[in-house]
Amino acid sequence: MTSLAEKKLPRVSARSGRPAPELIFGDLWEFDPSPETADPKLKTRYDLFIDGQFVAPKLGKYFDSINPASEQKLAEIAQASAADVDAAYQAAKAAYDNVWGKLPGRERAKYLFRIARLLQDRAREFAVAETLDGGKPIKESRDFDVPMAAAHFFYHAGWADKLDYVAPGRKVAPLGVVGQVIPWNFPLLMLAWKLAPALAMGNTVVLKPAETTSITCLKLAEILQDAGLPPGVVNFVTGAGDVGAAVLNHPIPAKIAFTGSTEVGKIIMRSLAGTEKKMTLELGGKAANIVFDDAPLNQAVEGIVNGIFFNQGHVCCAGSRLLVHEPVAEQVLTKLKNRIKVLRVGDPIDKNTDIGAINSKEQLQKITAMVASGVKEGAEMFQPACRLPAKGFYFRPTLFSGVSMSHRIAREEIFGPVLSILTFRTVDEAIERANNTAYGLSAGVWTDKGSRILKMSTELKAGVVWANTYNKFDPASPFGGYKESGFGREGGRQGLLDYCKLS
Amino acid sequence: MDAIGIEERVAKYGTRSIKKAAKLRGLKLAASMVDLTTLEGKDTPGKVASLCQKALCPHDPELGVPQVAAVCVYPAMVKHARKALGSDTVVRVASVATAFPSGQAPLKTRLAEVKAAVADGADEIDMVINRGAFLSGEFGVMQDEIRAVVEACGQATLKVILEVSELETYDNIRAASFLAMRVIREGDFIKTSTGKTSLNATLGNNQVMIEAIRDYYLDTGISIAMKPAGGIRTAKQALTFLIAIKETLGDAWLNHSRYRFGASALLNDLIRQIEKEKTGAYQAPYYFSEATESY
Repeated sequence: MTSLAEKKLPRVSARSGRPAPELIFGDLWEFDPSPETADPKLKTRYDLFIDGQFVAPKLGKYFDSINPASEQKLAEIAQASAADVDAAYQAAKAAYDNVWGKLPGRERAKYLFRIARLLQDRAREFAVAETLDGGKPIKESRDFDVPMAAAHFFYHAGWADKLDYVAPGRKVAPLGVVGQVIPWNFPLLMLAWKLAPALAMGNTVVLKPAETTSITCLKLAEILQDAGLPPGVVNFVTGAGDVGAAVLNHPIPAKIAFTGSTEVGKIIMRSLAGTEKKMTLELGGKAANIVFDDAPLNQAVEGIVNGIFFNQGHVCCAGSRLLVHEPVAEQVLTKLKNRIKVLRVGDPIDKNTDIGAINSKEQLQKITAMVASGVKEGAEMFQPACRLPAKGFYFRPTLFSGVSMSHRIAREEIFGPVLSILTFRTVDEAIERANNTAYGLSAGVWTDKGSRILKMSTELKAGVVWANTYNKFDPASPFGGYKESGFGREGGRQGLLDYCKLS
Repeated sequence: MDAIGIEERVAKYGTRSIKKAAKLRGLKLAASMVDLTTLEGKDTPGKVASLCQKALCPHDPELGVPQVAAVCVYPAMVKHARKALGSDTVVRVASVATAFPSGQAPLKTRLAEVKAAVADGADEIDMVINRGAFLSGEFGVMQDEIRAVVEACGQATLKVILEVSELETYDNIRAASFLAMRVIREGDFIKTSTGKTSLNATLGNNQVMIEAIRDYYLDTGISIAMKPAGGIRTAKQALTFLIAIKETLGDAWLNHSRYRFGASALLNDLIRQIEKEKTGAYQAPYYFSEATESY
């Protein structure tokens, strides 16, 4: 039906040489500001969370956490030292040996359920805090980050008393103390999907959030206290890379879980080589989103936009390389341009904002440099003419067409709202191009043909392949990568297995 | 077309938060787009006259509610509506014709009905497509009939009702939209439904049709107008439909010659919300004059 409708179109404009018709996305009906007004209940100063208590850092140093949307200071965050990290590990070890490791699964489940429920109770407050601290639009933190974080606690609470069935025929036991380091793109969600499986399995945790986004982590510590979680089961140490290194290199942890850049992942692997520590790494990505000519194009465009502009493109599985089938390349590009003209870039706390603030000045500089390299290497850039706020870190949604496989913007992870568009002719070429990358975290396939979806999902070297959709997550679905995107899985049964000893 | 994708897209319109001045502008815009409708067997000249009065002056003029775009009546009521509205008015007389709502009459009869309505003073004709022909794959027959009605309309604007609930799938809705658009004229409408079936205008149907209009416009430069009808009863719904237009077709479609609402109950809810924006409080329903039953 669709093809009947579309193929017989007279291309009047092309033949007559008149200027092509354009849609006008102006300010005839401009929206008023609509800020979310819930109180994020921020403290002016956040201490370390060790052994169930907020404690001042031993050296007494603090650093500022700012709101990337306005560059204003939100709170002071404790700067941990190696001695603080050691205290956290000692607390975690004591909690594992004396309490948590001995607790039956059904008792651990109660705590996890309680944490999930308390997080739901305070959902709006956490959403606002997440948005202020990280710059992501309130509609995403409200509709995705916070509910998804709660969902991970619920899901793993359900597993905690059923661990005998997680690996049929084998016995599982906790590892002991686990050290975790998480990134700034989904502060609360990454926290939840690292904490929940570790706790469900009976491990205790020392975790370091990213330095620019520590606030929701420390707010969650309040919830852990309210839930009556035994002291020392979860400890949070805050600070920059040196604190991360101390967390990773400490002798106590039996396992290290890291999510972040491939660069740092490699350093971690080197430093852990030769030790007994288990390891899971979830690193970068340069996902291919592949659109065939028989795909439902209007919906594919929606998926492409969601794939790359979700969370300002600060997503390791972002669909940052668009591979379009040649016959529809022109059409898809036009549709994409018209779509991103109506994306609203601006204050993340406004409920109508689609693209919020870039997380930090450093990241903004990195994105700007990558985009400059794309222009310099000859790709064609398109950015809508939207107004950006005067203060804060913002970047326009950006499309690059005419990109070749050797361009930097087609090879390196940008971690920003920048899409590189390439074309292909055959299925084999699409697969080859999609796999021609050092990464392998995720991919998308858009086609009407089921058999092609199955073929692609077999051939694509990516941990997740989405078909006719993109960026869909569920606690029951394992997430993780191939090649330089890391190893180990998070979520689902597979994610739990990475937190236990099998015998 | 991918149904899940369409519904995900339209769900995003519902999360837009329209406040203050923007809300007031949106409400007034929506009011100016209403085709105030009565399509009942029990319609009388008196009832139609009352509807026309409501169209000309929806509420206390102090509030600044604009006149609606048109009144929409059965062909037999056209001359009464014309009389009630007078000839010196911007409110247009629209009439459903072509054996509305089923369309199950000989083509000759349907065309005669159209001509009669135009002769009686209708500015706009709302026709129904031959769904039977479309569903059995006789696209040519369906298209030829629309072409014949275009001719019968003369100067009158044509609105082609696809009756989306009988077309079953989004693919069919898109295909029927294109078949119709290729034979109607710039400024003519495609319209979702008659309002006489169980499922009428939805955001999903609306989205499929306005995307078809957009794609057709970008290809040919011909702008086709759009009218969702039936089931839009609240101001909140109307604003969501307008957001869909703003973000899909753009500013050029945000006026009553490119977009209409086929509705009747909607108008009073719009007025109620406008009054609330002005006064800060909701008024009791009996402050707003009723002209029709809900549609």
